[in-house]
Amino acid sequence: MATDVHRTVTSPAVRVEGLTRSFDGRAVIDNLQLDVRPGEFVALLGRSGCGKSTLLRILAGLDRDIAGTVLVPRRKAVAFQAPRLMPWKKVWRNVLLGLPGKPGREVAEQALTEVGLSHRSDAWPKTLSGGEAQRASLARALVREPDLLLLDEPFGALDALTRIKAQRLVGELWQRRGCAVLLVTHDVEEAVLLADRVLVMDEGVIAYETTVDLDRPRDITDPRFAELRAELLARLGVDTAAEAA
Amino acid sequence: MSISHAPPGSSEPDISAKSGPVTSDSATGDAERAAPDLEPIVPSSTRRTRVPRWVRRTSGPLLLLALWQLLSATGVLTADILASPGRIADVGTDLIADGSLGDAMATSLQRVALGLLFGTVIGTGLALVSGLFRVGEDLVDAPVQMLRTVPFVGLIPLFIIWFGIGEAPKVAIITLGVTFPLYLNVYAGIRGVDAQLIEAGESLGLSRWGLVRHVVLPGALPGAMTGLRYSLGIAWLALVFAEQINADSGIGFLMVQARDFLRTDVIVVCLIVYAFLGLLADFVVRTLERLLLQWRPTFTGR
Repeated sequence: MATDVHRTVTSPAVRVEGLTRSFDGRAVIDNLQLDVRPGEFVALLGRSGCGKSTLLRILAGLDRDIAGTVLVPRRKAVAFQAPRLMPWKKVWRNVLLGLPGKPGREVAEQALTEVGLSHRSDAWPKTLSGGEAQRASLARALVREPDLLLLDEPFGALDALTRIKAQRLVGELWQRRGCAVLLVTHDVEEAVLLADRVLVMDEGVIAYETTVDLDRPRDITDPRFAELRAELLARLGVDTAAEAA
Repeated sequence: MSISHAPPGSSEPDISAKSGPVTSDSATGDAERAAPDLEPIVPSSTRRTRVPRWVRRTSGPLLLLALWQLLSATGVLTADILASPGRIADVGTDLIADGSLGDAMATSLQRVALGLLFGTVIGTGLALVSGLFRVGEDLVDAPVQMLRTVPFVGLIPLFIIWFGIGEAPKVAIITLGVTFPLYLNVYAGIRGVDAQLIEAGESLGLSRWGLVRHVVLPGALPGAMTGLRYSLGIAWLALVFAEQINADSGIGFLMVQARDFLRTDVIVVCLIVYAFLGLLADFVVRTLERLLLQWRPTFTGR
């Protein structure tokens, strides 16, 4: 399996036990269990409103009205669907924002080089294209050297071509860094392309999970890929036979 | 119908019939259809007269000035009512030469500067308290909103009783005028900061103070600049009011004195000075905006 190249530590990178989160008495997350191994790439699929984004926000520490046990690494980072760069800070200052101590600009430059954005280091966020802004957001997450990287539909707002490039970039960065990744997405193909393990969330729990044992880089024309994709789509309530017709 | 005249060999009569008249070479040879009369679309620049825009824009005021001078010269407009432009220019030069205008301007500018300083500190301070803390909002916002509705000019008599007739009541009235627009706009600016950015800041590990410094305050800056603009306008207005009531120096005093001697020329010079100072203040704010808000996507000035 691909994760074998990374560190194999027995303690998990994420441990969630009996997690419940309610909005006005309605449980959006209902007694959920989840373990993520260090260095594992997990994709979380689900229909909109199934609670997958809420779970990510809880893991990020942004939502604390919870019951249950949630253990996450101290060093974690989030990239949201919108890049959420501070428009009043140049790109490199955005990358360094919130880092402890007073790191020099070269730290930001290094992270920006890693995502191929070093030439825009001195630009205002308003001058970036959608893909560039998302890469800056990734650099801002990576510079924290996270043990857990949380990605909340980071490719959702990108055009189709930019999305393919961004997906590849995330795959490469993950293999280089070896951090655990939780990718929330509604794109089944994306999940099968990138993840070691795909979870389907429904009614507040992990309703289905499957490991993806395909060699990387993965080929979307591989029949096993199509099989996995169809299975996941069926779990999400999409009839693939109808889609093919 | 043109379709019936399509060449018999053509396999696509529809397309040739449609594209025939449109394409200029008319390869299908559709003789029935006469070529349309062509008329040139003339570039708009050649149809207009070549008078530059700034000449056209300045000619209006200049004409008005000439009319004014003409009326004064012919005696229709006497000096008691309004002095002639030439006379005003002379008086202005005299006032500058003997230093009285310079002194008056310095005094007035000092009052505005002090009033702006105090008003900015108080207005921004209150806005920070009520913008950043919910307790602060509950304590500060209601009283400020109530006081805001009192016309500050109406407080002049009270201020004279409290502060006497020196500089203090004048600075106080300007301070009061400046405080409220700044408060309102900075407060609105703070509360208008995108919640998504606050959340992003939290996820990056910013402390509470870090959030204020790196996210909330920069986000409130556009609002603060709007408030400053309003405040500057009101500061000049407050100055005029404050200086026309028992002042012994400043531009307002110069005007009051001129009124007693029916010197319309001096009055107009003072009005021009007010206008000039207002323009200067506007220029300062514009420059500040250009420097501080260049990150703003909506900012298009140059």
